[in-house]
Amino acid sequence: MPETPSALGMRARIQDAVVKYGFIAITVILFLYFSLTEPAFATSSSLFLLLKFASVTAILGLGVTFTMVVGGLDLSIGATAGLTVQLAAMTMVFYNLTGTTAVVIALIGGVVVGLMNAFLIVVAKIPDLLATLGMMFVIMGAKLIPVSGQSVSSGMVLRDGSVAPGSFTPEFLKIDRGFLGPVPLPVVIMLVLVVASWFFLSRTTWGRLMYAIGANPEAARLSGVRVGLYRGLAYVISGLFASIAGLILVSRIGQGDVNAGASSLLEAVAVALVGTSVLGLAKPNAWGTFLGALLIGIVLTGLTMKGFQYYHQDTAKGLVLIVALLFSFTISRRKVRYSPAT
Amino acid sequence: MQHMDSPEEQEVFASGANDSEPVLELEDITMSFGSNEVLKGVTLKLRPGRVTALLGANGAGKSTLIKILSGVYADHGGLIRIGGLPVVMDTPLAAARQGIQTVHQRIDETIVPGLTVAENLVFEEIVRGEIPPVRSLKRLLPRAREIAATLDLGWPDATLTKDVFELGNADSQMLLLARALSQRPKVLVLDEPTSTLSTTEVERLFTLVRRLCSEGVAILYVTHRLSEVHEIADDLVVLRDGQVQSRQRAPFDMPEAVRSMLGESTLDEVSHLVEQRGTQVALHLERVQLLRRSEPIDVDLRYGEVTGIIGLIGAGKSELARGIFGADHWRQGTMSLDGEDYAPHHTADAVRRRIFLVPEDRTADAMLPGWSVAWTKSLPFLGTVSRSGILNFKRERASGDTLLSEFGVVSTGPDQVVDALSGGNQQKVVVGRWMQSGPRVLLLDEPFRGVDIGARGDIARRARNQAGEGACVVVFTSDVEEIREIADRIIVLVEGEIRLDSYTTEIDNDAIVTSMSEVN
Repeated sequence: MPETPSALGMRARIQDAVVKYGFIAITVILFLYFSLTEPAFATSSSLFLLLKFASVTAILGLGVTFTMVVGGLDLSIGATAGLTVQLAAMTMVFYNLTGTTAVVIALIGGVVVGLMNAFLIVVAKIPDLLATLGMMFVIMGAKLIPVSGQSVSSGMVLRDGSVAPGSFTPEFLKIDRGFLGPVPLPVVIMLVLVVASWFFLSRTTWGRLMYAIGANPEAARLSGVRVGLYRGLAYVISGLFASIAGLILVSRIGQGDVNAGASSLLEAVAVALVGTSVLGLAKPNAWGTFLGALLIGIVLTGLTMKGFQYYHQDTAKGLVLIVALLFSFTISRRKVRYSPAT
Repeated sequence: MQHMDSPEEQEVFASGANDSEPVLELEDITMSFGSNEVLKGVTLKLRPGRVTALLGANGAGKSTLIKILSGVYADHGGLIRIGGLPVVMDTPLAAARQGIQTVHQRIDETIVPGLTVAENLVFEEIVRGEIPPVRSLKRLLPRAREIAATLDLGWPDATLTKDVFELGNADSQMLLLARALSQRPKVLVLDEPTSTLSTTEVERLFTLVRRLCSEGVAILYVTHRLSEVHEIADDLVVLRDGQVQSRQRAPFDMPEAVRSMLGESTLDEVSHLVEQRGTQVALHLERVQLLRRSEPIDVDLRYGEVTGIIGLIGAGKSELARGIFGADHWRQGTMSLDGEDYAPHHTADAVRRRIFLVPEDRTADAMLPGWSVAWTKSLPFLGTVSRSGILNFKRERASGDTLLSEFGVVSTGPDQVVDALSGGNQQKVVVGRWMQSGPRVLLLDEPFRGVDIGARGDIARRARNQAGEGACVVVFTSDVEEIREIADRIIVLVEGEIRLDSYTTEIDNDAIVTSMSEVN
């Protein structure tokens, strides 16, 4: 029912303010609470550590954000990150190649997965969720075959009985462990990608066209938008981001863990969804996803410092997501929409 | 001819001539949405055994009135009496209990997909728990047969057990009607029941309506089509701006009804149509097959004139428009634009050549929920508001502003979200964004649907101006009055084939309607 300006009273304005700033307020309050009760929390080193751990989730969340912008969802993103972990490890450990080669091969791997998703969704016309779900299983399974289900680590015995010739190069390990000034490299990478994604999505024509597809694909098509091209592009970007996150992850753990990345899908989707709530934009957007990753990072770091065990973490993440969705769907007077954040 | 101007006169007349007491009386019904007063005191009586036609342009308040009658809107002003006693109908179920059944226009909103035809027929009983929720066909088939028989639908059990989606539009409409009649209503509200029906199916419906009348049902027949009013109605009520503008009893004075429906001013404008005749061919279509079973057609569309393509639903109008725009592909056929081959694989190919389409269904196909006027305008032309891919918001907003001011869109500015605009203003935005971008060929598919009279006249005038400036403008519609209002040349499409191609001034309405209703 249309509302007249006079009907937009105090209550509605308060409601809007709560939706717009409520989530940020919660983040700030939690931050202050942990800072005041745990002196170690607000030191620069632990804050950088927090950001560093949030970086993988944030970058994967950005990938998911792109696919949500075009009205889809990339469920294969965690598996793609896991594939990258193994590709990079195999390049260095099995074939004794340089860290740079490993990075290039990993990025190519991510883009190839993105292209395959794009093919299934755009050309084969399989619904986004189902196509990427299928890809998720294929990737998770296929990567086990060449390594017989083993994690890739230097000095491991290969199938033919020989010992793997290579190992993780020091430069490669710097991806996670290096610094730019006082700032850890993964944090730098994350911030660059956040800013780039924001700029791409809200300031360029490509981003605008992607939001148009998310808002109404048929209306976009009848406006002359090449819907398939941009939907596909979103999945390629998602695959690329997944491989970047995977590179940080493999550099962090220092081996090609077969299980790496498996758990990060839910987190990535969660932060992207949290991102639709912050700022009251009611649509997927890059800064929102970043703030979502940050909030989950604060909650997890804070709880860990308070002595909660790891097995409390998933519950905490889930509650954060539900609170965020309450802001989006329950309190907000705006319907959640996929249209650009400016 | 007995034609009344004021409700009072009608009352005097009615009490003198009418024998039966009204079964349903609406007294001074008002309804507002926020500050928007949609119904401003509507008084209406329905008598058993009579068909009352309700005419009104879009936005006159017809659908609001129907929703009040079917119990959807309870917070209206005024009084509803049934059989002389005041009643409150605050839910659709309450309306049904009072003996009022409504067959809504949108079939897809009332048919339950995934259920069988039989289950849809007995749906009311299932809802009320009279037929157990575990729907065994054995228990509901006899009742479904009974309901189908009331309309002589002649559906065998094989049809009854089919998924309801396998029914065509017409049969779905019949199903809904049968479902409504199975409740033995005292009052039946039919909301544009013929919009999806073919001529023979309309005849079937009319026979049925006459039978119901003889059985004493009061019928409110909502329509846009004057010919139907002529054929079926006993009384005529014209609604405009939320008020009853005129009441008549058969035989009707149709020009008068149209005048009170549209208001005097628009009709004046119609008569001032200055014919424009183009000479240069823009699009040449050759052996284009529009429908599965139609013969290929050849047609030239010219610059400098407005071509009106008229046909009933299913005549292939949208297929023609969408094929030219590259949104769909024809079964066969070729096109040339300015003498050069033109085979659009994608809408982008058409837009690049400045061939634009305003689609039939604005909400589903033209509007992006939550998008501002400025964004909606710039979407097809992002290159003009950006440099090396980077958007210039200032220029975009300014471009939105020129649309708002030139087309007189009532809004709060270029950042206003399009969803919040009225239908007419929305249409001005989706039409205006193309018109302001120098169209070579402008295809308008049902451009007046859901548009108020003011905006309609405005859009028609601008379309004619575009043609005057040299564009090839093609309007697709099923409304004879609309097409005369806008087109210089009229092409009648029947079942995907051209039946008539003439200049508007050389042909009268009868000839158009006759050729539209010609069926092989």
